[in-house]
Amino acid sequence: MDFNSTLLILDSTLRLSTPLLLAALAGLYSERAGIFDIGLEGKMLAAAFAAGAGASVTGSAYAGLLLGVLVSIIFGLVHGFASITARGNQIVSGVALNFVAAGATVLLGQAWFGQGGRTPQLSTDQRFLGSEPGFAAELRDIPILGPIFSELVLGHSLLVYIAFIMVPLTWWILFRTRFGLRLRAVGENPAAVDTAGISVTALRYEAVIICGALCGVAGTYLAISQSGGFNNNMTAGKGYIALAALIFAKWKPVPVMFACLLFGFLDASAIRLQGAELPLIGRVPVQFIQALPYILTVVLLAGFIGRAEPPRAGGVPYTKER
Amino acid sequence: MTNTLPPWVNYVLLPAINLLVAFIVSGLVVVAVGENPFKAAWLMIDGAFGSGRGIGFTLFYATNFIFTGLSVAVAIHCGLFNIGSEGQALIGGLGVALACLWLGAYVPWWLVLPVAIVMGAGFGAAWGFLPGYLQAVRGSHVVITTIMFNFIAASLMNWLLVDWLRPAGQMGPETAVFADGGWLPKLTGLLNLFGADIRNTPLNLSFFVALICCLLVWVLIWRTRFGYSIRTMGLSPSAAKYAGIRPARTVIIAMMISGGLAGLMSLNPVMGDLHRLTLDIVQGAGFVGIAVALMGRNHPVGIVLAAILFGMLYQGGAELAFDMPTITRDMIVVIQGLVILFAGALEHMFRPQLTRFFLAMHRRGVSPEAEGAA
Repeated sequence: MDFNSTLLILDSTLRLSTPLLLAALAGLYSERAGIFDIGLEGKMLAAAFAAGAGASVTGSAYAGLLLGVLVSIIFGLVHGFASITARGNQIVSGVALNFVAAGATVLLGQAWFGQGGRTPQLSTDQRFLGSEPGFAAELRDIPILGPIFSELVLGHSLLVYIAFIMVPLTWWILFRTRFGLRLRAVGENPAAVDTAGISVTALRYEAVIICGALCGVAGTYLAISQSGGFNNNMTAGKGYIALAALIFAKWKPVPVMFACLLFGFLDASAIRLQGAELPLIGRVPVQFIQALPYILTVVLLAGFIGRAEPPRAGGVPYTKER
Repeated sequence: MTNTLPPWVNYVLLPAINLLVAFIVSGLVVVAVGENPFKAAWLMIDGAFGSGRGIGFTLFYATNFIFTGLSVAVAIHCGLFNIGSEGQALIGGLGVALACLWLGAYVPWWLVLPVAIVMGAGFGAAWGFLPGYLQAVRGSHVVITTIMFNFIAASLMNWLLVDWLRPAGQMGPETAVFADGGWLPKLTGLLNLFGADIRNTPLNLSFFVALICCLLVWVLIWRTRFGYSIRTMGLSPSAAKYAGIRPARTVIIAMMISGGLAGLMSLNPVMGDLHRLTLDIVQGAGFVGIAVALMGRNHPVGIVLAAILFGMLYQGGAELAFDMPTITRDMIVVIQGLVILFAGALEHMFRPQLTRFFLAMHRRGVSPEAEGAA
């Protein structure tokens, strides 16, 4: 593989990891606070639809982003209400919201836009597209470093940078602020947090709202940055891959980034590896590469590469002692 | 808190209220699309039960949900949340299809069926074994591993269908159509005896296989020693261990039974309707099974009733999409989601209010006597 095609694969790795990273970080906040969320997929999908519809109706990408985030937060709040206030089963709630999102996006899309569930094709000024700054062209002439810089570092859409900035920010929030300490505590031992006079309910609601907002950005990225509008079921399991990445990274922000980059890289190379002969291994079926994130996560969960310990109070509704 | 309500409130009134709320919200969705919700509701009910054909389709869909509902319920009795019925049913479909492809041309259906049952259940059980083993022995959470196994199953089937099972010259990823021995008989003749005209519906013999499974699950859970150990594990793993029940063995076998029941689901679409194996034989039935088991309170009778309700939603929704052009088949998915949300995740939402109401009723009825006694 030559230098240029390596660069191209790495470039598409970045693009494909972005939605995974945003969704996995979203799940990180929620699960660290003790709310399991298998509804990442549904929230992303609903946000993608809202962003696509919003951008095409208002003509502004930022309005699309706002709507995407808003709808995803509403989904998050429903999940929060079911898991925190109504003390329901968090897995069932996640499954239900995935169903609602999968059905409602196509139903409403067809009823409102009449294009088989798609939202209208967006023009370039209604999307988040990368623009290369003026000095990028001059940089390109520098050997090796120039192309690396102009292909990999510059010229991405705003949302890609937001995703990667969220990694150190999340680390800082979780491990260096009072809020982060409490958030982690409420996922491990809510009774202790309650005893300290801090509201478990409020903390967990804050977590699901942050989770909703980040999933909203992830969905918006899919609909109005990576493509020019919403497509039927456009998340295609990315929410579950993000969940796998979150577990694979043992619920830690920086490892989450590397897990998402790895899974993004698998996705980017799957297309190129199709039908290609690899040395020693022979021909690898493309379906195997697609399943690899899930297989790796199961192997990790089985305890063969380290050990994945979920937050201790995860999935359990908190009941105050009476 | 659960025990303060009379059983009929717990098993009938509460689910009914939850369903009603789910349908009201679904009605609001219909309004958002710009149609009349009452007309839509009538079209759905009429589509599902208004004709022999509608009933046939309703029961055909219900068959899938009985199998997956039983699958989820057996796991829940053991304290396990198996959300992998989807993948287990798909892999079970592989077993059923292989049996039909091998034997279909040589022997009649009643000889193929036992082999298909063993292979479908066996393949599904094998797909349930690994998550069960990982949960029991290595402590990996069964919810997460079964999600992963659903996707691994989908990729595996895609690869098998595209690279191995697809006959030459076929475009789509599906097997050849089975020979005559791979076709389960339809129930047309039988139900026509009762005066219902169910021509052209895919309702087939696997409906009875599903009902037999209900009976077997009831016997297993409530009438056998192993069922007792399953329920003990579900209520208190530490008590089970203290009583001499082997936790790992119980968990693994329960997951295999759960997977086997999910695998049997594939009989209905593969051998009963399509007569070939495709990638979308399960169509979310594994997830619907979660709602069916929850609403049916994990009891076979409740599961059959809940499965018929969801079968009605499927068939009625299809008719609705046909009669109201602005509403697509996706309405079914929305209603399913809302039913799972309100009857499943939010099942306790109205419990405090109801408990307060019945306590107040109770007090009003009892207090004069209590005062008289004092």
